[in-house]
Amino acid sequence: MDVLMLSRLQFAMATMFHFIFVPLTLGLSILVAIMETKYVRTGDETYKRMTKFWGKLFVINFVLGVVTGITLEFQFGTNWSRYSEYVGDIFGSLLAIEATTSFFLESTFLGAWIFGWNILSPKMHAACIWLVAIASNLSAAWILLANAFMQNPVGYVLRNGRAELDNFFHVLLNPFGWQQYVHTLSGAFTLAGFFVMGVSAYHLLKKQNIDFFTRSFKMGMVFALVFSVLVAVQGHHHAQEVGKIQPAKLAAMESLWETHENAPMYLLVVPDEKNEKNAIELFGIPGALSFLAHGSFNTSVQGLKDWPADERPPVMLTFLSFRAMVGLGTLLPILCIWAFLRRNKLTETPRLLKAMLFAIPLPYLAIEAGWVVAEVGRQPWIVYGLMKTADAVSPIVTSQVAFSLVALTLLYALLGAVDIYLLFKFAKKGPAEA
Amino acid sequence: MLETIWFLLWGVLWAVYFVLDGYDLGIGTLVPFLGKSDTDRRVMFNAMGPFWDGNEVWLITAGGVTFAAFPKAYAVMFSGLYTPLMLLLFALIVRGVSLEFRHQVDSPAWRKVWDWGATIGSFVPALLLGVAFANIFMGLPLDENGVFQGNLLTLLNPYGLAGGVLFVLLFVMHGALWLTIKSEGDLQQRAAKLARRLWPVLVALIGAFVVLTAIYTNLLANYLLNPLMLVLLVIPVLALVLLRQQIGKEQWWSAWGLSAAIIAGLTLFGVVGLYPALLPSSISPDYSITITNAASSTLTLSIMLGVTLVFIPIVAAYQFWLYRTFAHKVTEKELAQDGAY
Repeated sequence: MDVLMLSRLQFAMATMFHFIFVPLTLGLSILVAIMETKYVRTGDETYKRMTKFWGKLFVINFVLGVVTGITLEFQFGTNWSRYSEYVGDIFGSLLAIEATTSFFLESTFLGAWIFGWNILSPKMHAACIWLVAIASNLSAAWILLANAFMQNPVGYVLRNGRAELDNFFHVLLNPFGWQQYVHTLSGAFTLAGFFVMGVSAYHLLKKQNIDFFTRSFKMGMVFALVFSVLVAVQGHHHAQEVGKIQPAKLAAMESLWETHENAPMYLLVVPDEKNEKNAIELFGIPGALSFLAHGSFNTSVQGLKDWPADERPPVMLTFLSFRAMVGLGTLLPILCIWAFLRRNKLTETPRLLKAMLFAIPLPYLAIEAGWVVAEVGRQPWIVYGLMKTADAVSPIVTSQVAFSLVALTLLYALLGAVDIYLLFKFAKKGPAEA
Repeated sequence: MLETIWFLLWGVLWAVYFVLDGYDLGIGTLVPFLGKSDTDRRVMFNAMGPFWDGNEVWLITAGGVTFAAFPKAYAVMFSGLYTPLMLLLFALIVRGVSLEFRHQVDSPAWRKVWDWGATIGSFVPALLLGVAFANIFMGLPLDENGVFQGNLLTLLNPYGLAGGVLFVLLFVMHGALWLTIKSEGDLQQRAAKLARRLWPVLVALIGAFVVLTAIYTNLLANYLLNPLMLVLLVIPVLALVLLRQQIGKEQWWSAWGLSAAIIAGLTLFGVVGLYPALLPSSISPDYSITITNAASSTLTLSIMLGVTLVFIPIVAAYQFWLYRTFAHKVTEKELAQDGAY
């Protein structure tokens, strides 16, 4: 393998590993902040115990999110130096603004929160976790605006052999970025809701700390219900925008080879990339794809063959990931509605509780699949229509990247295992006694 | 003009990072030497507990600002120093999780593993940052395309290694002094004794490093063009002299402040001596990455300056609040509380 392929693998691995931890951070920080606010307002000790129990799981998860985030910033320079040079004017400044405005806030006040239980006043202590929660979610906005520049470059001019900033407001208001922000955050909040429901369900099944975990379950449920519906509804608009801005990605998501008016959608498709067709296409709904993509049955949807072969994204991976995301995105709200209907009879519905326990990994899979669609679907471009991934890679020696890829993978596997062990340990242990 | 302002800000950000993360990297390095008992070690970890994460963000910011203001310098520096940066990264990852994981399981073997993680994860960054910066002062073998023509061994030259050792000792001194502030009893005595013993070593090493700098780098020539600028060297030298006095008087806060001044002063002395280069090329001065050929557009530099001037004072204010709130000594009682490492 060459430097390009190794660097792509390394980046994919580092990003996907980072994104195991970040979405829980985004959502759980808000849930913990709400719990602590309830405690400060009512003085109800159960909310304090909830804050501490979920807060501990939050902190264990948070630290891996932070340390793996540094890897990503480093990698733009180490592995994608030509990219960094080409778009640093815009992309680099978004990362720097993120660090200055959000990352500092998040890290400083998390330190104060962890160590401040007996030093800060209860109000100040609750304010700290709110600052952490707000800063984390603000941080996501900057990162997604940076990513949006790769997906839909705006606000730049080509000058001095690179993309230079032309209009900062266009960069800030990049519609793709904000669509993706809503999508990513709703997904993250859904995940946090499912995490809380799943862990609570475990204890409810064992009939321990019933009051504590019923309250926790309901908070997670409200969160997951609202945001799993939102992510599904908004995801549809997001896909329509992808269709406009990145039509080749949409074609790959659907494995659509020929341009069609009244394009059908097939329920069962097996792409055959080599022969530029689908090996199997069954159960077509006429016009459905046109309708979903553009809101009308008759509009034309571009097929992959409209692009030369070297400008098409990898079809199989994009297609499968998209189906996985949509499938899970449909299942999750259904689970939430079931939970909502049985919300006052949780302990009498062990089947629901078991389902929720085993559902914990599902939003994780949906979110990772979503990123595969977004990033693999953008290929072969690193900046859509502007710079190819192959032109972005650093002029470095293969052995260096091979070494770092192996080392990073081993390190991450080890830390991931320890982290999951700790999360299991403390999730199973339950809250401290009142 | 904007480029020059950003060059100085760039230097200042690195200096702030070294000052703040310096002491916790130093404490981490000292764990096996000063931490005789588990309680000692817990005091050491808790002495940096509320701060280290916020400190490390200055590294992210220094990196981010390099990316934003001088993208070409970021590209050349990070790809050229690929392997050392990866090692730095691994070390920082291991350190971060070690601090967070060590207290989660009540088993001596478990804690031992993470103690070593914290130590190696602190020592390696201190060493590598020193090696990297000394090599930058000396010039990197950059060709006409800004491609690094060397490998890890190129960086491990005598001057680079001297820089590494210097950084480690500066950080260890800085960490020992912070420990005297945050601890009491035996541990504090041991930290104080270490600072006293380290001082002459540091004097000799800084002296040697300045001499080596005159031999190996072009910094001296740059300063001779503008001899007034040599005043910059007065700050760390003066601080070094005063440091001995404050250690003698057991004035730990001012001693720590002086060691901060030494670190910041030496960093800025080195960085300013590079001007107008950010990464000088040892192959030919024509290939150097300078503030002119690496800078972002005027628009980006202006916007980033606005953001920095507004937000960095705010960050400084709340980090100051954090330090004030957690300035007290780590006590046995505190170790028994929630959240303590």
